Amino acid sequence: MDFLTLIQIFDSSVRLATPLLLACLAGLFSERAGIFDIGLEGKMLMAAFFSAAIAATTGNAWLGLLAGIGSSLVLAALHGVASITFRGNQLISGVAINFLAVGLTVLIAQDWFQQGGRTPSLLDGGRFSPIELPFAIGPTEAEAAGRPLSRLLAEAGPLQQAYSELISGHSVLVYLSLLAVPLTAWVLFGTRFGLRLRAVGENPAAVDTAGVSVVGLRFAAVGICGILCGIAGAYLSTALQAGFVKEMSAGRGFIALAALIFAKWRPWYALGACLLFGLFQALELRPDVLEAIFQTKIQGQLLGALPYIMTVVILAGFVGKAVPPKAGGEPYVKER
Amino acid sequence: MEKMPKWADVVLIPLISLLLAAGLSALVILAIGESPTEALNLMIEGALGSTYGWGYTLYYATNFLFTGLAVAVAYHAGLFNIGGEGQAMLGGLGVAYACLFIPWPHWTVALLFASVAAALFGAAWAAIPAYLQAKRGSHVVITTIMFNFIAAALLNYMLVNILKPEGGFDPATARFPDAVHLPSLHEILLPLGINFSKNAPANVSLLVALAACVLVWLLIWRTWLGYEIRSYGKSETGARYAGMSPVKITMIAMLISGALCGMMAINNVMGEAERLVLNATEGAGFIGIAVALMGRNHPFGVFLAAILFGFLYQGGAELALWTSIPRELIVVIQALVILFTGALDNMVRMPLEKIFIALRKEKA
Repeated sequence: MDFLTLIQIFDSSVRLATPLLLACLAGLFSERAGIFDIGLEGKMLMAAFFSAAIAATTGNAWLGLLAGIGSSLVLAALHGVASITFRGNQLISGVAINFLAVGLTVLIAQDWFQQGGRTPSLLDGGRFSPIELPFAIGPTEAEAAGRPLSRLLAEAGPLQQAYSELISGHSVLVYLSLLAVPLTAWVLFGTRFGLRLRAVGENPAAVDTAGVSVVGLRFAAVGICGILCGIAGAYLSTALQAGFVKEMSAGRGFIALAALIFAKWRPWYALGACLLFGLFQALELRPDVLEAIFQTKIQGQLLGALPYIMTVVILAGFVGKAVPPKAGGEPYVKER
Repeated sequence: MEKMPKWADVVLIPLISLLLAAGLSALVILAIGESPTEALNLMIEGALGSTYGWGYTLYYATNFLFTGLAVAVAYHAGLFNIGGEGQAMLGGLGVAYACLFIPWPHWTVALLFASVAAALFGAAWAAIPAYLQAKRGSHVVITTIMFNFIAAALLNYMLVNILKPEGGFDPATARFPDAVHLPSLHEILLPLGINFSKNAPANVSLLVALAACVLVWLLIWRTWLGYEIRSYGKSETGARYAGMSPVKITMIAMLISGALCGMMAINNVMGEAERLVLNATEGAGFIGIAVALMGRNHPFGVFLAAILFGFLYQGGAELALWTSIPRELIVVIQALVILFTGALDNMVRMPLEKIFIALRKEKA
């Protein structure tokens, strides 16, 4: 296996890790504030549909993104009302949201587009197209040289290959999601809001005693979670793929949940975990490369199941201990 | 003092929740330009208007009885078993092994042993999450979700690489031998002079599911173990103080739950498909959550809710056939039922409690 193939695999790992990372950070905010969210999957799916639907009708990917975030926020608000206002079971609410998204997306897609629960394929303006960074070899250079892009890349030096394939050529949402990691770390660990948000997930009574609204903080966290899931969903249907298909989130919300536990609810660890799980997904698509590395056939199913197996191992506490926020899943009842 | 009479808790609240879910579903149907009353008529006609419809309704209900009971048993111990889907898949694997590799003389023997195999496989799949919850405190909800995905990957591997017969194209096992064919309701009811539809998949496992209902009721409310399970679910510290072992209760409750989910396979794998296919469970493991919530975790409630969801499933299939309403409408209804009876329970409960307290004050 040559260097370029390796770079290409890392490149697709980054692409596949992006929705995981956004959803993982979404879950991070929510769970750090003490609200369990197994509805990441549903929010992503809903956002994927509405982004693609609005992008397809308006031809504008940014409007699609806004619609996606909006729809995800509606579900987040529902989760907030159920688990904060009415102190319902957060896990059950998450399950309900996941099903609601599976059903509603197909129902509305069929009503709007009559294409068997999918949206029309998105044309250029309706998608987030790759951004070519300066000095990178991309389609424009290939056109100028009048030779195929793959040939140009193969002839370039390793540094240029890594820069052109791995660093350059992603959609704006990929860079945005990478930026979200330091931003999350700063918000959670460098601001007063972050301190309170973490406190409300550990000991809400203390926050309440200090005169800060537990309900307000938790709704804020759930809202941020909704926004991030919305971006993740929009990325799926308007950047990674060109349009919405039924159940396209394909368990990514749960892999993000696994990554969150794997990362022990920390932003930088989340980046690492999501890149690792992204790599698994990328390798699953390239069985030939795996065979070359291990000299034997590796089952794709094993690779697909690996994030889940690793999470169970981590949860079991055999490799380091994952301790969730203390007040997670518990509705807060003010003392009278 | 109780805030509400018991009947309000077990009948009124689920009923109001159901009406809310139905009302919202009607709005959804209106929004996509179809008539809710016509849709309801079609569903009733399609699911309950013929023995064929009933055959499908009862077939689905049998699946949901097993998974609903499974969720309910775990719930009594304060555990949320979301892994019914994976446990039912493994149950299917158990049934496939029992039916394919052992030459059974008669279906009764086959059913008995296939049930045991299904229960063992299902329980085994629940055992690891249960052990991790009991011994290491890993949250059972997260681990069972993970185990659903691992089960799907495992089943995929087994069907594609190991169990697929020579020359087979689709990822499925060979057909089970005729000797293990379970009698359908048509074959059972014919000697009684009732001509039940020949083509409907409802079969003798319905009776097994009903027996399971009674057994679960006996277990939860009439045995010492059931008492322990309920005490532990109500208050872990209380149960611990009374000398009950949390590890034992968690393990047993989850094993029973997994076994019940696994046993669903005698209906969908042995009774209907008569071979193991990739997507055999069709989400029934998750519907068990809605069924248990709706049925207030009581076997009789689970029975009613399972019939209701069987009706919704068969009715929804008919709707998809005759109108432009896709089958996913049922998923929406299912989500709304879970939402209102589970997560938004307090939204219905709080105002009702106020009404009952006000009524009582007037009387006094």
